[in-house]
Amino acid sequence: MSGTLLAETIVREPRAVAARPIAIGANVQRDETAARDVRLRARQLSVRYGTALAISDVSLDVHDRAITAIIGPSGCGKSTLLRVFNRMNDLIPNARCEGRVEMDGVDILGSDIDVVKLRRHVGMVFQKPNPFPMSIYDNVTYGPRQHGVRGKSKLDGIVEQCLKRAALWDEVKDRLRAPAMGMSGGQQQRLCIARALAVEPNVILMDEPCSALDPRATLKVEDLMTDLARDYTIVIVTHNMQQAARVSHYTAFMLAGEERVGRLVEFGLTEAMFTAPTDKRTEDYITGRFG
Amino acid sequence: MTRELFDKKLREMQDDVLIMGSMVEKAVQRSMDALRTRDVARSDAVIREDQAINAKRYEIEEKCIHTIALQQPMAADLRVLVAVLFIATELERMADHAEGIARINLMLGDEPLPAIIGDIGEMADKAGDMLRRSLTAFVERDERAARLICDEDDQVDTLYDSSYLALIQEMIRVPADVPRLTYLIWTCHNLERIADRVTNICERVIFMVTGQLEEINVSRY
Repeated sequence: MSGTLLAETIVREPRAVAARPIAIGANVQRDETAARDVRLRARQLSVRYGTALAISDVSLDVHDRAITAIIGPSGCGKSTLLRVFNRMNDLIPNARCEGRVEMDGVDILGSDIDVVKLRRHVGMVFQKPNPFPMSIYDNVTYGPRQHGVRGKSKLDGIVEQCLKRAALWDEVKDRLRAPAMGMSGGQQQRLCIARALAVEPNVILMDEPCSALDPRATLKVEDLMTDLARDYTIVIVTHNMQQAARVSHYTAFMLAGEERVGRLVEFGLTEAMFTAPTDKRTEDYITGRFG
Repeated sequence: MTRELFDKKLREMQDDVLIMGSMVEKAVQRSMDALRTRDVARSDAVIREDQAINAKRYEIEEKCIHTIALQQPMAADLRVLVAVLFIATELERMADHAEGIARINLMLGDEPLPAIIGDIGEMADKAGDMLRRSLTAFVERDERAARLICDEDDQVDTLYDSSYLALIQEMIRVPADVPRLTYLIWTCHNLERIADRVTNICERVIFMVTGQLEEINVSRY
C-alpha cells in the first residue's frame, strides 16, 4: 500500500502532513541500514505511565519487509516500545507518548489517528496464544467481518489464504469448524498469526510469540516469520537472543539504567550486533555478562 | 549474571593455545638445531612428537565445538572461539613445516651441511620470535602488536630472497652440491611459510579485537 493510501485510511480526516525537519538519533541510520525502505520511523519517542518515564528518547527505524528484533532485559521498555507502534498503550490509563512515530509519513501518535484503523494496518500477536473461543474458521474471519467483509465465498477465500500463509492450512483444512481452543499451542499461535493476516496489515508486531511454545513449534513459527517477512514488516520482542539472531534482519538493544528508564542502546544489522556490537553494554548483554 | 563456567572454559582454551604454541616453537627450534648439528635422532624425535601437536590441535578443536554448541557464545566470545579454532589449525600446519625440516635432515643422510647455508638460522630465529610475540598479542588482545608483527614478515621474505640467491649462486659454483643445496632451499621455504602463518594468526588476533576480517600483509611468496 502506498504511503498516501495508508495516510488516507488511518487518519480520521485527511490533512496535510506538516513537513518539519526530523532530528535523527546518533544511534540509528548506520550506512548499511539505509538500503531498505523505512516503514516505521520513531523519533525522540518517550512514553510515560503517569509520572513515571518508561522509555526515553528512542529514535529507531523499522525497515520495510524485514524482521526487526527488540531485545533487552526485563523492564527495559521493549514491550512498551512495541505497543506504541499500534497504540496499544492507549488502553493503559495515564500512558502518554511524546515524540513522533511516522508510518509512511504520517505521525501515528497524532490525536487525529483512528486507532482501530491503525491496528488494522499494524497487527499484533501476543506472548500467549489467544484464539477466540470459537471455531478456527470464525477466528480467521472475525477481523474481516468486523471490517464489513461479507459473503461466504469471499470469507472462505480469506480463511484458506490466511491459513495457508500461516502454514496451518494442511493441518486444519478438514476441521475448520472445530473449536480453536482444541488446537496445540503452536497451532493456536499460528492461528493468531493467520487472524492477524486476515485484515491485511502492513506491519505485524509480535510480543514474545514463542515463549509459550516448545522448540518444534517455535521453529515452525520462526520459519513462518521468515516467510512472512517477504511481504510484511515484522517487529518482534524476544527474550530469546538465539531467536533474535536466527530470524531477524535488524536488532535493537534496549536497556534501563538505575533510574529504570528504558533507552535504545544500539541498533543495527543483526549480523553485526551479534558478532561485533559497538557498544560495551550490548556486548555485555549478548555475551551474558550483564548486571 | 556472570558466566564463570564459560569464562573458565575460555581461559582453558587460551592456555591450550599457548601450550600448543610452545610445542610448535620447540619443534621449529629442535628441527633447526638437528639440521645444524646433523643430529638424526633429534629429527626423528621432532617427527615423532608431531603426533602430540596434531592431537593437541584436535583437542582444542573439540573443546571449541563443544563450547560453541553448549554455551552459544556471541560477539567477542564467539570471535575468541573462532580465533582459537583458526590459530590451532595454523599452529598445527607450522608444526608440519618443522617436521618437513626434520625430514630434510634425514634426507641429507651422512652428508655434512654445505659451506654456504644462507640466512636460514636468522630466518628460524625471526620466525620463532614472531610466533612467540603473536601468541602474546593473542593473550593480551593487542591489535597494535599484531599489526606490527605482520609487517615483520617482510624481513623474513627478505632473508628468504638473500638465502635463495646465495644458495643458487653456490649451486652454479659447485654443481655437485645441487642436491644438498636444494634441501636447504626447501628448508628456507618451510621457514618462510612458518612466518606467513604467524601473520595469519595476527590477522585472527585483529579480528578477535575488532571484529574485522582483513588481510594485513600479503607475503611475496
